[in-house]
This record gives sequence, structure tokens and C-alpha cells, in this order.
Amino acid sequence: MKRFTLSMPVRYIINTVLIITLLLVGNQIMGSGILGRAQTAIIIQVGFFIILAVSLNMVTGYLGQLPLGHAGFMAVGAYAGALFWRAAVLPGMASVVGGLIVAGVAAAITGVIIGIPALRLRGDYLAIITLGFGEIIRVVLNNLDTITYGARGLRNIPRYSSFMLVYICVIVACGAIHMIMKSRHGRAILSIRENEIAAESCGINTTYYKVLTFAVSAFFAGVAGALFAGNIGILVPANFDFMTSINILMIVVLGGLGSMMGSVIAASVLTSLPLVLQPLNEYRMIIFSLMLIVVMIFKPSGLMGNYDFSMSRIIEKVVNRLRTGKTAGKLKSGK
Amino acid sequence: MAKHDPRKPFVPQRDHDKSPVMECVGLGIDFGGLTAVDDFNITITPTEICGLIGPNGAGKTTVFNLLTKVYKPTRGKIYLDGKDTCGLNTMQANKAGLARTFQNIRLFKELTVLENVLVGLHNEMYYNVWGALFRVPAYWRTEKIAKERAREMLSIFDMEDMAEHKAGSLPYGSQRRLEIVRALATNPTVLLLDEPAAGMNPNETEELMENIKKINKTFKIAILLIEHDMNLVMNICEGIAVLNYGKIIAKGTPAEIQRSPQVIEAYLGTGGGGGDA
Repeated sequence: MKRFTLSMPVRYIINTVLIITLLLVGNQIMGSGILGRAQTAIIIQVGFFIILAVSLNMVTGYLGQLPLGHAGFMAVGAYAGALFWRAAVLPGMASVVGGLIVAGVAAAITGVIIGIPALRLRGDYLAIITLGFGEIIRVVLNNLDTITYGARGLRNIPRYSSFMLVYICVIVACGAIHMIMKSRHGRAILSIRENEIAAESCGINTTYYKVLTFAVSAFFAGVAGALFAGNIGILVPANFDFMTSINILMIVVLGGLGSMMGSVIAASVLTSLPLVLQPLNEYRMIIFSLMLIVVMIFKPSGLMGNYDFSMSRIIEKVVNRLRTGKTAGKLKSGK
Repeated sequence: MAKHDPRKPFVPQRDHDKSPVMECVGLGIDFGGLTAVDDFNITITPTEICGLIGPNGAGKTTVFNLLTKVYKPTRGKIYLDGKDTCGLNTMQANKAGLARTFQNIRLFKELTVLENVLVGLHNEMYYNVWGALFRVPAYWRTEKIAKERAREMLSIFDMEDMAEHKAGSLPYGSQRRLEIVRALATNPTVLLLDEPAAGMNPNETEELMENIKKINKTFKIAILLIEHDMNLVMNICEGIAVLNYGKIIAKGTPAEIQRSPQVIEAYLGTGGGGGDA
């Protein structure tokens, strides 16, 4: 019997409907006041950590490089977005969207500028140089006193980051990265991870794809940065130190390199964990690190490995099982 | 080379006169004080199967690396279809019509067999990043045709039923075949095979020989291969070059090579010098 498969348009319709439903349900819950202030804040925070993790995953998981300066791109995006919003050159919603795009583009340009020299290096060396660039960005922001107000902080940033805005951005980020990865460009990126020399001898422009991946990753990190700015309303460069980069990397590794769903789950768990563990207070960090150690011992490839969730695949599986069950029954009764 | 339109069926369109498709003139490379390859001259006609043999460490793989621009030659020129390839990098050399396999298999292990071939077809597809992002009609059309073609190429080598398997999980012989398919997918004019029969049993080698002949016939391309299996080399190669200490010591048909005293010396040593009784 022919296997049951969903055609592409049907898949897209199912996914779109599901996403919109989830978004609306989420918005209802957030608006209904069931959740306390702390929970609401965490849910929004989870949102931009998902974007950060998914975008870093593109470089670490798919491209197979290890940059440690993700917070730097986030900082560029945060300041670019915040300054744009403060200047308020556009009215209403256009300003919000414009700010996010400006943030993303500013971060992406930084990504290209840093990526071209840095991506000539590999492994530990790339980690060190990107770490350096990340710190440079922070120090520059600290000292650009006339624009960023340095360590005193950039205040009065409009609080645009609602649940709806943050999670629409999450969906756009995940969707865009998914679309790129499931194309010839995505395959080129994966082939670089698998074997760079072979990729090159297959006619793939490795430099171009490395820089492209870096730029896309930086773009979404910048968007996440702007959402972060729109959430807390005040920016200080210390928000974007080395530890922030490490935290994002931790999420990606814990979730599983190369698994978008892993990044989403790990971002949700790791970001909300401090709140859940509040009663345990001083044991919090111990539990945190124990959890990481346990995962690294028993599942070194991360929670999800490189498995990725697909709604249509599950539907197909269920339908196929039901149908084979039915035909098996028919055959029996026929005898 | 003109870009192949994936909408058209795969038919290599080349003029089959006997003008050389690849020509090396005085090719050489030094690593510090060591001359790994020197004065390497070879001419390959469009549908020729050529062999490159020699003892271990003679510089055969170095020649491949020079041809595919992994190393920059210290001296000499490489012409592809009469054009100088000076200044190209590996990716551009591939676009110019050179495809290769590796001595130690370099597949994209975590990707499926089909995806491996699709990576080879990368430059035959023509939608850009925005096209992928917004799933433009060109995306669907190109992907569909590319997948059909990838399956078609796999079926030439009886691998279509493995299409969804991970490349790393294939048995050794199939991995070698897949590497050849992937190289062929880039639509080359010259295919470079680096020890394709390494680690194969006699049956697999036999099958490989048939496959190489089949490639040569169906795709009408030139093949240059490095091989230690003399049975294979003597059977399928029309011309053979023997390399020793980075220099070509003999060139000719299989029969001539077998009789050449220099080749016998390189492989077996000079009678009196060794410790043989």
C-alpha cells in the first residue's frame, strides 16, 4: 500500500493554523491575569532567549563553528533598536517594526564585518577571536558616552515588547531559519559542517556561506536584543557581557547542536528554571550545574540530539498506522 | 562552462573533437626545500580514461590537490578546456569542470544519500536566499527537478533505494560509489578518482570497473584515476602515467607501461641493489 503523505500546501496550512491558534491562546492567557508578574516577565524573557538560542544554533549546530560573541550582536541590535525607538521617526506600529529591522540589520552588518576576518579561523581560535570582538563591542558601547550614555544607561526606551510582538518574532525567526535550512543554501551550510574540503570541491563557496550564516544569525540576535531593550526599558552595556554569550551557548548545547526544537525547549527550561527554583534559594546554582552535568553525561549530544520536530511527520505516522491497522483487519476478515 | 539548465533533461553537451580537455604543462610544487612534484606534463582528451600510478609517496595525491587547487602550484600551468586555471580556488576549479573523490572518503556523513547528491547539484540550482526564504515558485520547481535528477543519478549506480539513509551508515563500497555520484552531480568535464578501489574486495572492484566504464560512456567525460590495483588500471585505462619521486618516469598504453624498464625498477628495485637472493 502506498504510504500516506501530506502534500506541501496542506502541511503549510496545518502549521499556520496551529501557530496562530497557539499564539492567540497564549495571548488570551497572558491577558487574562491568571499569571503573576514574575511569570509574565519570565515568559517574555523565554521568548527572546529562544530567538537568541535558535540563531546561535544556526552557527554552532548547522555551520559547525563555535563563536562566543553572540551577546555582542545582541548589544548592537539592542542599542540600534532602542535609539531608533527613542528617536521615534515613524508613527506607531511602523516604528516598532522599523526598530526591529534596524536592530537586525545593524547587527547583521556587524556580523559581516566581524565574520569576514574571524571566519578564516576555526575551532578554539574562532571562539577566542569572537569573544574578543564581543568584548570590544561592549567596551565601545560603554565609551560612546554621547550616544549610549555609557554605564549610566540608556533610559526611556518605549516598552514595546508585548507577548504578541515577542512571540511573532520568535515564529518569524524560527520560520526563516527553517526555510533557509531546507533549501540548497541550507544543505550547503550543513555540508560545510560535515566536511569543509569536500564541500569546497563540490563547488560550494564556503566563505560566502560562512559569512551568510553569521550574518543571518547576527540579524536575529539583533532583533532579540531590541526586544530585550523594549522589555526592560533601560540598557547598560554590562547586560551584554561574556556570561550572556556563554548562557546562550549553554542553551544551544543543552538542547542539542543542530536541533531547533532542542534550542526552544532548552531556552524555556533554562530561562524559567531560576524562577521555579526560587524557594531553594542558595542551592539554585548547584542544581543548575548538576542538571548540566547530568545531561552531558547521559546525553552528550544534548536533550534532543539533532532530532527536529515536524507536526506533519507525526500526523503522517498516525494516519499510516491507522490505515495499516485497518487493512490488516480487512485481510483477516477476508480469509 | 555554460550553466546547465535543470529544466532540461541531463544530456552533456560538449563537442567531442580530440582537443585536450585538460592539459598540465611543467606543473610543480615545492614544500620548503622538498620538491613534491616536478615537471608534470599530461594531456587528457575529452573521453579518455587515464591512470596515474606510482609507488607510495610518489606525489599522486599531491597532483590531484594541485589540479583541484587545494595547493597552489609553484611552477607550471593547468589548462581546462584550453583556459588557464591560474588564480582559481577549489570551488572555482569545480565550477570550471573538475570534480574529484578522496582517498579517505569525505562524505557528508550526517546528511542523507540524496542530500549528498543534492549538495553536488548545488550550482545547478538557481534560486537565491530570498527565493528560499519566501518559497518562490522557482524554489519548488528547482528542488523538484534536482531531486528527480539526484534519484536518476543514484539509480545509475543502483543506489536509489538507499536515498533516505544517512551517508555515514552505508557500507564501505556504497560510500565510495556515493562519492563518485556526488562528484558527477557537479557536472564535470574531468573526473578525478583518488584510489576508488581502495579497500574493496575483488567482486566490488569488478563492479567498480564496470561503473567507471559506464560513467565514461553515459556522461562522456574524461576520467583520471589514481589506483594501486594494477588489474583495474591495466584493464580500463587507455593511457597511463607513472610517477616516482614527483616526476613522471613513463607514459604510454598499458602494454607499454608493463614493459617499461623504469617502471619495473621503480616498483621492484634494481636487481643487484636490494637484498634479494
